[in-house]
Amino acid sequence: MTTASGQADELAIGNDGDVVRVRQLVRTYATQAKLSLVDQTKLVTATSELARNTLVYGGGGVATVEMVTDGRRSGVRASFQDEGPGIPDMTLALADGWSSGKGLGLGLSGAKRLVDDFDLDTEVGRGTRVTVVKWSR
Amino acid sequence: MTERVPILSIGDVLLVSIQIDLQDQSAIALQEDLAEKISATGASGVVIDISAVDSFIGRMFATIASISRLFDADTVVVGMRPAVAITLVELGLSLGEVRTALDLERGMSILRSARERRGGLRHDGPSGSVAAFR
Repeated sequence: MTTASGQADELAIGNDGDVVRVRQLVRTYATQAKLSLVDQTKLVTATSELARNTLVYGGGGVATVEMVTDGRRSGVRASFQDEGPGIPDMTLALADGWSSGKGLGLGLSGAKRLVDDFDLDTEVGRGTRVTVVKWSR
Repeated sequence: MTERVPILSIGDVLLVSIQIDLQDQSAIALQEDLAEKISATGASGVVIDISAVDSFIGRMFATIASISRLFDADTVVVGMRPAVAITLVELGLSLGEVRTALDLERGMSILRSARERRGGLRHDGPSGSVAAFR
């Protein structure tokens, strides 16, 4: 089971500069969790895309980054929450290679492939929350 | 505030070294500055050094390369870190028209041979153009 192991930070995502700040925050956590250089890059790339999604599609929101543990390993969990329009077709949004063309163009499927755990919670008219975890090996 | 990335000119090549985490706005500003500069100088190539960058900003390169192409200039991305390369491959993303090279020196040499293949067409002016059509 994944549980928080102490440290956590919250950042509002309201503009372009916030996306960069999220990226830097995630990088700091990834280093602390002793993720390998490759895993750090994967997590930073994925969260950068998700933060941009929150800004572009969700109209802004909040990013939460925290250290987690499952008893054996440490990891970094990042979640992105907005109160935007939500995603009407989750299957399509998660389809491989599908992207609306904004952001890095990785799409949700790209972000998903770069992390270990991926959770998408969305409701039309309510908003979207995407949570990802990357574990140390 | 939008941070500006400096564009250096070496011969007829423009060199862009990205040292910071670019915001979208800065990336767009760079694309515009670069288009202006290529158009103004008639540069035949663009080298983008990403050795200081540890996250993936690939979409920008594809756009820059497409813009450069319209001005008949080649683009080479140099100095990609191994972790960035692995992330890129894992994603199955292609960089489009962008060529890559291990380091600046090899990047410059790719641009040089591309220019030679085109037979010096880039060198405007009467003598250069004549030689190019032999």
